[in-house]
This record gives sequence, C-alpha cells and structure tokens, in this order.
Amino acid sequence: MNTVMNYLRSLFLFELLRGLSLTARYLWRKPFTLEYPEEKAPVSPRFRGLHALRRYPNGEERCIACKLCEAVCPALAITIEAEPRDDGSRRTTRYDIDLFKCIYCGFCEESCPVDAIVETRVYEYHFEQRGEQIMTKQRLLEIGDQYEQQIAADRQAQATVR
Amino acid sequence: MATPESITLQVDGQTLTARPGQMLIEVTDQAGLNVPRFCYHKHLSVAANCRMCLVEVKGAPKPLPACATPCTDGMEVATQSALAREAQQGTMEFLLINHPLDCPICDQGGECELQDVAMGYGGDVSRYTERKRVVQDENIGSLIATDMTRCIHCTRCIRFGSEIAGLRELGATGRGEHMRIGTYIAQSVASELSGNVIDLCPVGALTSRPYRYTARSWELHQAETIAPHDGVGSSLYLHLRRNQILRVVPKENPDCHQTWISDRDRFAYTGINHPDRLTQPMIRENGTLRTASWSEALQQAADLIRATRAERLGLLASPNATLEEYYLGQQLMTGLGSRNIDHRLRQVDFRDDAVNPPYPWLGCRIAELEQNDITFLIGSWLRKDQPLLNHRVHQSVRAGGQVIAVNPVAYDHNYPLALNCVVSPAQMACELAGIAQALKADTEGLAVTVTHAHQQAAEQLRAAQHGSIILGTAAQMHPDYALLRRLAAHIAQAAGLNWGTVGFGCNDLGAWIAGAVPHHTTEATTGQHAAQMQQGGCDTLILLGLEPEADVADPQQTAQALTQARVIALSAYRSPLLEQTADVILPIGVATETSGSFISLQGDRQSFAGAAPPPGEARPGWKVLRVLGNALELAGFDYPDSTHIRDAALQHHTTPLPDNCLGPDRAALQPQATVHNWQRIGGVPIYATDAIVRRAAPLQATPDAWDDTARLNPRMLAEHNLSAGAAVRLTQGEHSITLAVCSDARVPDGCVWYPTGLPGSTQLGASFAHISLEPA
Repeated sequence: MNTVMNYLRSLFLFELLRGLSLTARYLWRKPFTLEYPEEKAPVSPRFRGLHALRRYPNGEERCIACKLCEAVCPALAITIEAEPRDDGSRRTTRYDIDLFKCIYCGFCEESCPVDAIVETRVYEYHFEQRGEQIMTKQRLLEIGDQYEQQIAADRQAQATVR
Repeated sequence: MATPESITLQVDGQTLTARPGQMLIEVTDQAGLNVPRFCYHKHLSVAANCRMCLVEVKGAPKPLPACATPCTDGMEVATQSALAREAQQGTMEFLLINHPLDCPICDQGGECELQDVAMGYGGDVSRYTERKRVVQDENIGSLIATDMTRCIHCTRCIRFGSEIAGLRELGATGRGEHMRIGTYIAQSVASELSGNVIDLCPVGALTSRPYRYTARSWELHQAETIAPHDGVGSSLYLHLRRNQILRVVPKENPDCHQTWISDRDRFAYTGINHPDRLTQPMIRENGTLRTASWSEALQQAADLIRATRAERLGLLASPNATLEEYYLGQQLMTGLGSRNIDHRLRQVDFRDDAVNPPYPWLGCRIAELEQNDITFLIGSWLRKDQPLLNHRVHQSVRAGGQVIAVNPVAYDHNYPLALNCVVSPAQMACELAGIAQALKADTEGLAVTVTHAHQQAAEQLRAAQHGSIILGTAAQMHPDYALLRRLAAHIAQAAGLNWGTVGFGCNDLGAWIAGAVPHHTTEATTGQHAAQMQQGGCDTLILLGLEPEADVADPQQTAQALTQARVIALSAYRSPLLEQTADVILPIGVATETSGSFISLQGDRQSFAGAAPPPGEARPGWKVLRVLGNALELAGFDYPDSTHIRDAALQHHTTPLPDNCLGPDRAALQPQATVHNWQRIGGVPIYATDAIVRRAAPLQATPDAWDDTARLNPRMLAEHNLSAGAAVRLTQGEHSITLAVCSDARVPDGCVWYPTGLPGSTQLGASFAHISLEPA
C-alpha cells in the first residue's frame, strides 16, 4: 500500500505542489520587504544606535566625567579626559567614542548615573574620511541636541521597566 | 600557658596572642581579621569616635569598639556575630545620613573607605528621607581641595595635625550635627607634611588639588620609586595614566618614613612636564643653539672633550643624580685622566677635604632619632630641609626629649627648643666653641668665654643617653663649614653622642660612594673641587643634571666660569644660563624616567626602575654617559643595563658602612666668616631645592615658597628708616639687585636673609657673605 502511495506522490509531484501552495499563499499577502530608504522598519525605544550626550533642560551638559562608561566599555572604545571647569565643577575636556571599536552593547548607557551618554534610534550614518569614526564630545552633544525630544520620549516610555 | 608578656584570646574562634593592654584592633589586624574602621590609624592616637569597629565581647553588655578595647586574657571576641553586624550596620546607616553620596564626582570614588565599608557592612536602602546637611568649603591652599559636606568626623586630620605635623591647623568646631572640621583661623594649611591628610581622610572630604578631577583610581597604574628631593629616601608609589604621572602617594617603609611623605615629595611631580623640559639635543653653531641629532651632538661633545687638556676638564654633578650617573661620570673623568669631579655644588668651604670622612652620613638610623634624649641642630632648618627627619625629632620631643639649636635664623620648629641660640653666621663657630669649651673639648684654637647658655647646653648634652648632632644645609653653605664640622665632632665625642650631616640632595652618600668627589680616590692626586670649578678652573665643563644659576653656591661666579668655558650640559630642563653658555645640550630624563639607585642619609641603597619614558628625544642620564664614553673610545663603558653599573660602583667601594670620622692630620683653621656691617644669610628654601621643585606650580603657590623679598628684623628696619615693602638695593661685590624688604623677627641683627635658588638670587654671589644694603 505504501509503495503505491509513494509512487502516486512521485508521479504527481505532490511535494512540489505543496511547496508551490505556500508560494501561492504568500504571493497574495502584503509583502514584508521594505522599500528602504523610502520605507523604514519600526524601531524599538530600546534600540542601540548612534551615541549622543544629553543636556539638562537648562542647557547644562549632563556628563560629570565619572568615567564609569569608560570603565565598563568592553571594547575600550571610550576615552575621557577631565578637569575642573572654571566654576569648579567636574567636567570632561575630551569625550571620544571610536565607533569602529564600539560593539553597541549599551553598557555605557546603563552605567551612566546621570543619563548623559545614550544610544539613540539613529542607525543611518556613514564615514567618508579616516578619523571621522571618532565621535568627539562636540559631535555627541550636537546629536544629543538634535534628537533630544525623541531620546527623552524613549527614556520616558522605558522608565517603568528600567 | 599565658605569660605576663603575652596573653591569649579567642577571636572568631581563632586563638590569638597579644601583649596585655594591646588594643583589640591591633591584634585582629596582625591576624588578618578584618574589622571595619574609620577613625583608627596605627600611627595616630585612639579616638574611638566613629564607632565602626564595634565587636561583640563575651560578657560585655554592649558591643565594644575594637580600637579602644584592651585585650585581656581569655577574652572571647566575635567580629561577625549577629550583634556585631547589627551594631556595624547601625553605625553605617548613621554615617550615611549626612554623607552626600556624590561618588560619581568624588575623587575618592573607587578607593574610598566609606564606599568599601558601606558595601561590606551597610544596608541596601536608607530609611532617611529628611534633608541632608551642607557644609561650606574653605580654601585651605593650593595643595588640598576640601569638600567638607562629605566629612564623617573621624578626626584623623585633626589628630595628624597635633601629633605628627605639630601644628594645630585643622580643628573641629560645634557639636553634634553642627560639628565642622576647618581651619581655626581662616588661612591656608602651611605644614610641610600637610598632604598626608589626603591619604588619611577615609572619605573624599580632603583630596589632592593638583590631581582634582583628572582621573579615577581604576585607570591608574602604579610604579614604585624613591623620592628624589631629599636624603630621607622615602619610598613612593607613582600613579600613572598613559605614561603621565598623575599623583604620588607614599609606600609604607617603617625604617624610614613610616606612612608619611613630605609635600615636596608628593607634589613635585607637577613640575616634571614643565614647558622648560628639553626634548632635543642641541649644539651651538656660529653662536646660536640649534637642535641636532644625537649622533651629531655626541660627536660634538666628544670633540670638545678631546680638545681639552685633562687637568682643565671638569664635571659638576647635581646632588640629585643617581649612583649610576655618578659612577659613569667618575669613570669618564678617570678614563680621561682628570679628577675634577664634584657634587658638593653649594659648599664653599673645602679646607678640610684632606681629612673628609670616607662616606659622611646622618650618623644614626632615621628611626633612632625618635629615641633621642637630645638633638642638637647646627645650621639646620630641619623642619623644612628634611621634613621627615624633623618628624622623628618631633616624636622624640613628644616622648620627653629635648632639642637645642645654633642657627643663623630663629627658624620656626614645630616643637619647643630647650635652647635656641640665634647668632649672625660669623658667630656660629664661637657659640659652638663655647659649648665645646664647657664640655672641655677641643675648641680648634678659638678663644671663647663660656656663658651660662653654653654651660646649660653642655650639661644637657652630657646628661643625654642617646643623642644626635645634626649639621644642616645652612652649616654646609657656611664659609666656615670645616670649622663647624670639626667643632661638632669634638662636641659629639666629648658628650658621647653621634653626629652627622644632612646634605642638599637625595643621593649625597651615593655620590661619595661612586667617587663623585675630587679627593676620594686611591691615587694621591686630587682634582679641583666644586668651588674651584665654579671659579673658572676648567676650560671645558660637563654639567650633569643641574641648573647652573640656582643649584650652585655662587651663581654669578658660576655664570662667569661657564661663559669662559666650553659647556657640555646633560640636563632635563632649559634655563637662561644654559641657553646662553652651553655648547652642547644633551637632554636627559628626571629620576622618575630613569632606572637607578639612591643611597639615603642612613646608608640604605634603594634601586628603582623608570616609570615613564623621558619626553621626546631625551634619554636616561646613564645611557647618555655610556654612549659618551663609547664616543670617546674609553674602556669599560659596555654596561648592558643600569644594574651592572650599580654592581660595579658598589664593588669598588671598600668600606661598606657609612662613616663620619674625620681624618687625623688636621691643619689649623682660621675663621673665614667675618663680622661686617651687613651679613647675608643664605640657605635654600624648601621649594627651591632642585629644578623640578622650582617648577612645581602648586608648591610655588604655598606660603613656604619664598616671595622674592629680603628679610630683616623689625629693629633693623626701624634703625635704617625702612618700612616693610620698601625697595632696597643689595650689593654683593660687583653684583646688585633691587628688591622689596619685609619684616621678619627671626633674623638676627645686622643680617639680611635672602636665600639662593630664587629667581632673584641668581644675580648675586655666594649666600653667606657680606653684603651692602641701601634704599633704592
């Protein structure tokens, strides 16, 4: 009996038809493919993309040069130098992240006691010159200023689970 | 079975032995059992005010503080029982009530005793929700930064001030929550040991100001070295990041400096990377200096040396060079047939060179100074010259010992003096002769009348069981040093005490042992000593690690000698005189950048490795000397590393122990210091001793840095119608400078106190000499 059934299945290409039926079902569904860059996939508020340094609403930079991010970074991508600012507060004079070294693990963000260094939803960036991959304090603060609303909203959304 | 000398007790089930009356925490520390503490420190008195070391003692109704509980026989102690843990946790919670918990911005974060103990013994969550107190900070100077809100009132800094520094500068005012630690009078902390409170403070209330906010403890790596600024030979830890020294902390050495170091050793690192550092070899071409390659510069140096007759070739070495550098320098000169080598740059009186002791030293171990019944200071501001020797003398005074002094200035000491004889420099020898006469010792032919004070001093010296006579730096710069030294030796012999000299550098004894002195040789011939070379006795001078305008006895004479001679300078720093006169400049590393050895005042040889590479093209001094020897095709310059040089240097010195005995055949000496209208008193201020210290900005901002004024006593000011701040003209021979006078009651009549090593004093001559003064 089995022999006969197998013979018939082979004769009518049953497996092929089963496979094609899956193809046929998906043929009429809405496709998953996004027309990047015109279309973009949704991004989680926990997404770990390009780094940014945040400021307080009064414009004061948050970073206090505690260097926990530098210590926790498993890829040794962060380099910080600090000294007292003129008003006596502890501030960085250099805050570099080497994006070629960075593995986007998010430990820097987790270790930060003042939510200064964050990873934003931004994942679209490129470098054209050698050395551009070093994000300086200036550039990180600019990114922070540019995306502050979204960063703040994302932190707010995650506040209950963080 | 317990004897009266030792008792046994049970701690956490372990049987430990202790002396009767020994505090519990000492015994647990020896056994390696951890009892948390904040106020207890092994070198300070017991305060028992932090209550962190509470432990359970069987039979006691309440937990007892381990730091203030004497051991008794058969005692049973539990450091980790439920009762002890509860007491410790309760104390921790109270301590954290007012602590700000600003660890991320606190320099102590990562190495904080409060953090560590809170991790081990504290609770998870504070129950305190009220407002925390805030304390306003005081500015206490350029060395120590304060954040008094973080203070937990352990009072270590206060006890340090009264027991170790000898100055009650920090104190507590108010009680309970209103207790504040601060200076009693609004002023900066002026102790030369003040930096130690940074190490003592268990929290971040007192931190290092030069280091402030620059790094975190976990980024630093640690290297060991020996302090290169005085002869105590303190062991140090250098903390570096990316080959840059960020701070200096002490390494414990009970035989030497215990756990304390002087501010000079702690903060001098700030002068190492000064813009004056030389990073390129330079040679003079058509009258101007230009940078050159090493091979070019060495070739030029070798050519200059070859073109000079051996007896007109000299080497002046800094008293802070390493044993290896001295030895190679000595070998270089010997190989070229010259004995003109010296490191005693600030000495002017060399009349006793023929009877010099083989290896002059302190005369006793540093720790033995603490047992002294009497310490006799001759021409020594020990407190500022060698702060840690003075610390031992201070401890001897606290134990009931006495100190007498014969000084050209009423230097302020941090202990009372039994006899403080302040006379003009010319009379110092007479005073010593008076004391010698009262002891019926040789007075070197000086006719003296014995006064009551002399008798009193003589009785005290004779009555002492243990005692030291210390000839300080002012005595060594004195024009009658030979006489003072002989009298000191006579007094020491008559009273049965030891005597010694404390020099200017960190490696004076190393220089003697390596042979960096002109007469110290098996051969009968002696070369020129430092003063002869400074007077122009050489056509070519090699300078090893010194700044010629500030490190010598007579800056003006030296400037003249250097102008006339060809100069090959091995130097770490550029200075105006070097740039004017040097024909070849070979940049070398400072002590932290080279491997080498120092031999301390008490005769300990301590070797160290370089912690950071020298800047730019600069190289360690011993390597430069070795290559120079090779360029001159001298034999015996093939050492693979500095340890081989050290072994060679030590193998050649025959007497292994330091020795202060003067030789027998002594010619009669006439006093050279004479009484004049005005007598200049020299000396070197604490923060002007060497090129690194002079460039350390935080030290130069302290009250101990000399403010470039000449000091006269108020009576002399009034007599000459001068007011403090008035400009005067000081003239010494052909040289004169104009500067402000200030009033200082410590200076004797007829004297002007104006030291060497200052920017202004480079314009003048030798520091103890007659001088004329007129209003400018």
